[in-house]
Amino acid sequence: MSTTYLEAIRQGLWEEMERDPNVFLIGEDIGVYGGAFKVTDGFYEHFGAKRVVDTPISEAAIVGAAIGASYMGLRPVAEMQFADFISCAFDQIVNFAAKSRYRWGASVPIVVRAPSGGGIHGGPFHSQNPEMWFVRTPGLKVVAPATAYDAKGLIKSAIRDNDPVLFFEHKGLYRRIKEDLPAEEYTVPIGQAKVVRQGKHLSIIAYGAMVWTALEAADQLAEEGISAEVVDLRTLLPLDRETVCASVKKTSKTLLLHEDTRTGGMAGELAASISESVFEYLDAPIVRVTAPDTPVPYSPPLEDAFLPNPAKVVEKARWLHRY
Amino acid sequence: MSTTQAIPTSPREDLSLAHKCLYYMSLMRELEDRIERKLYRQGKVLGGVYVGRGQEAISTGAALLADPCDVLFPSHRDMAAYLIRGISPGRILAQYMGRVDGVTRGRDANMHMGDLNLNIVAIISALAATVPVAAGAALALKYLGRKNVAMCWFGEGSTSLGHWHEGMNLASVQKLPVVWICNNNQYAYSTPMAAQMACANVADRGPAYNIPAEIVDGNDVLAVHAATARALAHVRAGNGPYLLECKTFRMTGHSAHDAAHYVPPELFDEWGKLDPIVRLEARMGAEGWATRDEIDAIHAGIRKEVEDAVAFAEASPYPDPATLMDGVYESQ
Repeated sequence: MSTTYLEAIRQGLWEEMERDPNVFLIGEDIGVYGGAFKVTDGFYEHFGAKRVVDTPISEAAIVGAAIGASYMGLRPVAEMQFADFISCAFDQIVNFAAKSRYRWGASVPIVVRAPSGGGIHGGPFHSQNPEMWFVRTPGLKVVAPATAYDAKGLIKSAIRDNDPVLFFEHKGLYRRIKEDLPAEEYTVPIGQAKVVRQGKHLSIIAYGAMVWTALEAADQLAEEGISAEVVDLRTLLPLDRETVCASVKKTSKTLLLHEDTRTGGMAGELAASISESVFEYLDAPIVRVTAPDTPVPYSPPLEDAFLPNPAKVVEKARWLHRY
Repeated sequence: MSTTQAIPTSPREDLSLAHKCLYYMSLMRELEDRIERKLYRQGKVLGGVYVGRGQEAISTGAALLADPCDVLFPSHRDMAAYLIRGISPGRILAQYMGRVDGVTRGRDANMHMGDLNLNIVAIISALAATVPVAAGAALALKYLGRKNVAMCWFGEGSTSLGHWHEGMNLASVQKLPVVWICNNNQYAYSTPMAAQMACANVADRGPAYNIPAEIVDGNDVLAVHAATARALAHVRAGNGPYLLECKTFRMTGHSAHDAAHYVPPELFDEWGKLDPIVRLEARMGAEGWATRDEIDAIHAGIRKEVEDAVAFAEASPYPDPATLMDGVYESQ
């Protein structure tokens, strides 16, 4: 039976809670209500109020309490109702959690789930991709799965990880994609990118929902005789530079794609890494397709103009191929 | 405000408690004097130095009541909590001097230190951030079915931050076992109480969260101890958090570089007369708990202990730059 991205996350959470009694959930409206997106629907009834903790509207307290509970040996999974609200918990994440092990050797095995991304007409405060605020914070791990398989495997790895993991799950994928998942248990390792489509003319590096945009673009490009390889980063920190550079060495042309805004985005870091490591293999400038440096607008024509899409990727890829 | 009935003790317990209090308060004072007035001026301690001179009764009186499995969250003027938990003066001085035998092995400075094996947690500089974390530790203690509590110290300045209010609220809504201890020294850097909050007392904030709150003479270590005993009785019985506001005064600038010209000098005179160590010594003499010679012998022992600690810290090496990248992650 096909499993949606949302159901995959839900299965991962459920399995880990069944496996380890120290795993618990904490967040707003996650218990009795089942979560704003219903990811945790039914958990409260099965696991009870002790393990599915409904909190006040209080992101700093949710993450702070998760950190404190993790010091005592528990494995909290905190939910930000929307990734946009993670800024309320910023100090707890970047100063308390991220630096704890380095400063005084205290591990912080927490997961912060953050439903992110646009395309749902959520406007400036329900559509953001705030992952890069955290990717430049040493001590954190940041994952952003694109597939149902990876979403389940990575949430399980995140819960078992002894460092703080931010789990950016793309809202636009929740019910849009589905696939058959293995019946047996599996995990997906944090820190490994994956080539999701082989190609020879150029590499498209993406993550999250943009992996699907890249694949759609690659289909169109194939009809024009352009063979695009697609790399799904899956984890943003620690970054798997090796897989990216190996793909660039193979195709010699690179298109970097993300839904996040441009300046200071992941593409900049990747471009620097590629330039440092495999410059000699490049046959063209590294190009970027990203959202522009604006807030995420609400009105559909504005949001459509803001978001990268297959047409924008195809246009850049054609230019890159001709170069 | 809650009731303030005394918890009965025997004369022998009083004597023993007074001796412990004098020892830890005086050890904290001697260590911080050494750090601020000598090692810092000698350039052996760099960066910021924040001492709790005149405030020793608050960490001492409260932490002496903690069970080893209670989790402590001291703030930066609460050194006695570390001493009581068993972190040695030598390691504390090595911490201030950035040496490998410091509690954070040179990774962080001054009172930014903790040890989970001793159930004592390190602050970050945005001090109010500790409050939700302490609530989370208390949540875990309850989750795990343990009878222990969290004890969390903070200054009055911390109570202006959102994290403080979020932590207080969550702890109360969830009825978590945590004792909140405000070390109210009346100045947050240069900002006096009146510019920090429009209420007269931090304890006034308790009722907003349905948390019982009590005002304590923070320069009377036995009063702090007795109030903490009441707080613990409430919290250990499963009634949720309890707030103690210990009124004291910061007898220094914010840090060693700050001459505190903004503090009216008469306040230093007034509060200097209420020094918690001098007061306890007077009480011990009056109660017949110690002679002057016995008290002098305690101080002499402490001075020797601190000399040894300085020698230990100075002999401790600086960290190897090759270890710079170690410990950012578990696998690194």
